[in-house]
Amino acid sequence: MNAVTPVLEVDELVRHFTTKDFLGREVHRVRAVDGVSFTVAPGETLGLVGESGSGKSTTGRLVLRLDDPTEGRIRFEGQDITHLNAAQLLAVRRKMQVVFQDPFSSLNPRMRVGDAVAEPLKSHRILKTAAERHERVAQLFQRVGLDPRFAERFPHQFSGGQRQRIGIARALAVSPRLIVADEPITALDVSIQAQIVNLFMDLQQELGMAYLFIAHDLAMVRFLCHRVAVMLRGRIVEMATTEQLFAHPRHPYTQALISAMPIPDPDRELARQRIFYEAVTPPREARLAEVEKGHWVLA
Amino acid sequence: MAPLLQVKDLTVRFDTADGTVQAVSGVSYDLAPGETLAVVGESGSGKSVHVLAMLGLIPKPPGRIAGGQALFEGRDLLAMSERELRSLRGGAIGMIFQDPMSALNPVLSVGYQITESLRTHMKLSKKAAMARAVELLDLVGISEPQRRVVHYPHQFSGGMRQRAMIAIGIACEPRLLIADEPTTALDVTVQAQILDLVRRLRKQLGMAMIWITHDMGVVAGIADTVQVMYGGRVQERGPARQVFRDTRSAYTWGLLQSLPDHDAPPSAGVASARRLVQIPGYPPDMMNPPPGDPFAPRNPFATERCHSEVPPLVQAPGASPGHMVAAWYDLRTARAGAAA
Repeated sequence: MNAVTPVLEVDELVRHFTTKDFLGREVHRVRAVDGVSFTVAPGETLGLVGESGSGKSTTGRLVLRLDDPTEGRIRFEGQDITHLNAAQLLAVRRKMQVVFQDPFSSLNPRMRVGDAVAEPLKSHRILKTAAERHERVAQLFQRVGLDPRFAERFPHQFSGGQRQRIGIARALAVSPRLIVADEPITALDVSIQAQIVNLFMDLQQELGMAYLFIAHDLAMVRFLCHRVAVMLRGRIVEMATTEQLFAHPRHPYTQALISAMPIPDPDRELARQRIFYEAVTPPREARLAEVEKGHWVLA
Repeated sequence: MAPLLQVKDLTVRFDTADGTVQAVSGVSYDLAPGETLAVVGESGSGKSVHVLAMLGLIPKPPGRIAGGQALFEGRDLLAMSERELRSLRGGAIGMIFQDPMSALNPVLSVGYQITESLRTHMKLSKKAAMARAVELLDLVGISEPQRRVVHYPHQFSGGMRQRAMIAIGIACEPRLLIADEPTTALDVTVQAQILDLVRRLRKQLGMAMIWITHDMGVVAGIADTVQVMYGGRVQERGPARQVFRDTRSAYTWGLLQSLPDHDAPPSAGVASARRLVQIPGYPPDMMNPPPGDPFAPRNPFATERCHSEVPPLVQAPGASPGHMVAAWYDLRTARAGAAA
């Protein structure tokens, strides 16, 4: 495989949610994530796509250790972080940050946004004095395209696009090696989405961090990601470079997804040929097989 | 042919403690029987609010109709009593909303919710209404409708719930179906199925539609006419192909430009310097909108007049009849000038 240590290695990750009756007997089991393996190389963007309920967001939460896996292993820069406790995780969290879909819900409404961005700098004891932090926050604001004077304001004084910039500034504060971005543009206005996608690309080019980009907008994924993994009912059904995946999708579900992408052109949209696929849960014994170099299909 | 719906100078305001939100300003258009109009815009553009206001579905206060008319088959919706409106909604005017989970009543069976409007509006007996509900579920592509009709919303998947919503929306064979972002929460494969379904139903039932969306791909697949809104005003309106091919509003053009190119080689990533074309700036604060064209502060082609005076919606020079634009600039010459 790769000589470079991946920034993230996920191995046979499983997360089941069970409901039990009053005697503690299991009555129902949801296999949200059911044996998922992938790696993310330094500086790489891996897109994780799939319909709602496919397990892509749960996978993101497991990687961030916001949720505990039922089985499987997560390595971050070679270190097994699957069972680290909260104190041990602190050092990892410095290098692994998150950007959520709704930046508003992740910002404290009563905290000035500058303080929100400075918080990780303080809690990780990266910058000790308030003056140093203030200066760094100003730099970060500038970097994400916000007026540094806005640091004194409160979250409700910003538009959705500006709040997402604040969310990105906060994630960048600690200079992470990996950012897990969970549908970061879905809630934004169309006229703002391109700005944020460009910002993600510019920052990666400049700072070299990797992204795990969880999304359902295939056109944006195609544009932004180096590689793409397609999830269906808790499993990865196909994983390949973006070129391979979009030019030669092999799994019928991937083919159906790509053929369903709406094209913003009336003549082409109305002439579009769709491929139908009645989604079925992949058999448990199915395994990803490499059909060509770097192109994996569940079989 | 007489228009089914005539909107004349519709203006909607919201009075809040912090000030007045200028949600919709002077919106006018005609909708012909059987026509599908896609209303495109982002949050705060007025695309949803103007329709909700027509149907009497905005809370008053803080909402307020500050002016205008909305004539449905010649009768002004804005002058109707709540009782008259209620007899139209779900009857001659069907509605589908974005989130079926919140629009459907969780404690009533899907079948009951379909029969409710059939019994109220079409005065069907309980038995006849139930038989019709089964037919409708079948029509919207829900398999085993006999069994499904007694199920509750939580027993349906997201796609099935949206189909059930459509069944309720079309139950009384409306002459106008209003759909507010009905596929936004769905996955692309389900979205494609719902669009197929709606195209088929439109043909079968001959109804007109107002389809509210922010997705230009969906617009391309469904609209006869496109109306692009921004800052509570109509920026551009015309036959769908013309709006896509011969775009006249800088905002429409910016939206189309900012989408990833469907033909460009995929995966840009770090190695390439390829970027999306972005519209600079942020949407306006509708409590304090710009004095002129609401898009002017973000429009690289804006003239001085754009900043001070609101442009009227008029026939675009040299464009197909009915292709209207609200602009003091001429996008064709401005783009040619920028390219030179």
